[in-house]
Amino acid sequence: MNASGSIDEHTESEVLHTWTGKTRQWLVKRLPADKLLPEGQPSYVSSWIYVFGMGAIASLIYIIASGVVLSLNGPTWYHVSGLGHFVNSSHLWSVELFFIFMVVHLWGKYWMSAWRGGRVLTWITGVISFAVSIVAAFTGYLLQTNFDSQWIAFEAKDALNAVGIGAWFNVANLGQIFMWHIVLLPLAVGVIVALHVVLVRARGVVPPLEAASSDTQLTTPDEVSVGTLTEGSVR
Amino acid sequence: MSKIPASVSWRSKDDIASRAWTGKKREYDLFKELTVGVIVVGVLVVGLSAVFSSPDEPSVTLKSWATAAPADFVATATAELGGTSGTAGYGAPYNNTPDVGQKLGPINLQSLSGVQIPIDTAVDFVTGPLSLQANPPQALSTWTAAATDQRASWTSAYTDALTKAPNNDPTQVAVGDYGPVPALTSSLLAMAQQGALDGAIQGEGGFFNLDYTRSILFLGDGAYFVGLADGAHLTGDQWGMMNETGNYPGQSWLWLFSFWYQVPVVGGAANADILVVGIMLLLTVLLGLVPFIPGLRTIPRWIPIHRLVWKDYYKRR
Amino acid sequence: MVNTILSIPSDITGGTYFGWGSFQIQSGNLIVIIVMLVLFVLALVLPFPGNKRSK
Repeated sequence: MNASGSIDEHTESEVLHTWTGKTRQWLVKRLPADKLLPEGQPSYVSSWIYVFGMGAIASLIYIIASGVVLSLNGPTWYHVSGLGHFVNSSHLWSVELFFIFMVVHLWGKYWMSAWRGGRVLTWITGVISFAVSIVAAFTGYLLQTNFDSQWIAFEAKDALNAVGIGAWFNVANLGQIFMWHIVLLPLAVGVIVALHVVLVRARGVVPPLEAASSDTQLTTPDEVSVGTLTEGSVR
Repeated sequence: MSKIPASVSWRSKDDIASRAWTGKKREYDLFKELTVGVIVVGVLVVGLSAVFSSPDEPSVTLKSWATAAPADFVATATAELGGTSGTAGYGAPYNNTPDVGQKLGPINLQSLSGVQIPIDTAVDFVTGPLSLQANPPQALSTWTAAATDQRASWTSAYTDALTKAPNNDPTQVAVGDYGPVPALTSSLLAMAQQGALDGAIQGEGGFFNLDYTRSILFLGDGAYFVGLADGAHLTGDQWGMMNETGNYPGQSWLWLFSFWYQVPVVGGAANADILVVGIMLLLTVLLGLVPFIPGLRTIPRWIPIHRLVWKDYYKRR
Repeated sequence: MVNTILSIPSDITGGTYFGWGSFQIQSGNLIVIIVMLVLFVLALVLPFPGNKRSK
């Protein structure tokens, strides 16, 4: 973290030798507790657009919870059980909400050009989580064990075969797709989303595009060196 | 200061976007936000589920197909026997068919994968299941003993005759030299209508079999299954990839994937699938790399929607 | 959703579609897309409550 004065306060002064110690030092430097779980946000974090990331996470919680209940009972349970059908419906609607919130979140972050100031990995992990979520949702549609999943399997095989992976990612192989959907892809989504959130906390919320060092909100509260800073060089 | 256009660079440097914020702060309780979010989303999920439920159209079985559309079933079984069905001529990964598969330039990725899930449509879909019956039809030994050319001429003659029959009805086919083919297909039809064919084909994978490739490919070779999908707007040329049965929202996030199939130059190409998959992979990578792409990353500055996002901040500058 | 339990699906429930020419959109998907656009616009336009300052 170059040019970031606040981080140095958290650096442990001693020189550590163990891998464990060095890792802790690195982690604590990058993500001190008050950054991981802050009580406040910069004054510019004041718009409804900021709630959609959290909305997507809340939806993901319901996707996982309803998915766990469906997993406990197997993929054909919901055809024969009223409760099962309701849980299946919750799984569907939490997925729809997840994508709705995620897309609005993505639009918002694009128009804020939220990758500025060393936040590019946050953007990239966000895009990866969107892409992986699409694959995860697709495998879910294959597991409905109804007409829709029969048709999607028949239709989707051509694109996968055309690029030569259909034999190994066989959409008509229920057992294989089951494992992708309930183990591999949820793990992938979970890990990437967690990384994304940690990156947001570590790097903070991107300041306004036209924020200038002369802004009163930047000058009044703290004794910060003003006037000498020149930001906004165009690349 | 306002004369200098704001930077949209991804780079970390000595500017406001890169430094830790030292200005005014506001209370912002992340855990409270999460809790409120979970409650609101929970109400939405439960409400939407209670009001709208979820779709569940019953699966098509070989039995339901043979019962609802026997003529189509017999025509398809004939094509499976004669090796003229979609699956029989599909190529990798199901069988060896020369000169099929979509190419990207000189590369045929489909063929490169090799035959990984071998399917012989005549044996796996027709003669194999028939041989499992307690009294296999006599025609089966005639078929097995016949030469390949003879088989092909029987099936092709029968296919033509079925096309010409009133309503393609197998019982109204004109007299001709079809060999054992009508006997085989009518036995298979009876077997399917009894519900025995579903189990027979699925059982080819062994006692435990979670692989439905054979059954789904057989269904898809007929007109009935595809017709049902077509009637529900689910086929590729109807933006079907993103559609769900009924009025339920489907995978609307696949709109762009679906879109390319509607573009004649792409969707009509011989290698449409490979083009669409390629375009989508490229576009996904480009979306991830937007911060590095001049122009694309500068649009948010040209169209200043950010002034709405940060209207409070800009007001209090 | 009326789900008749039949061994033979005589037909698959088709939805309501809107479209112009080759462009066809199913009502459920259309609503989802409209909801996303409306949420986006509302999020930008509506005032965000509680400007509690802590510093």
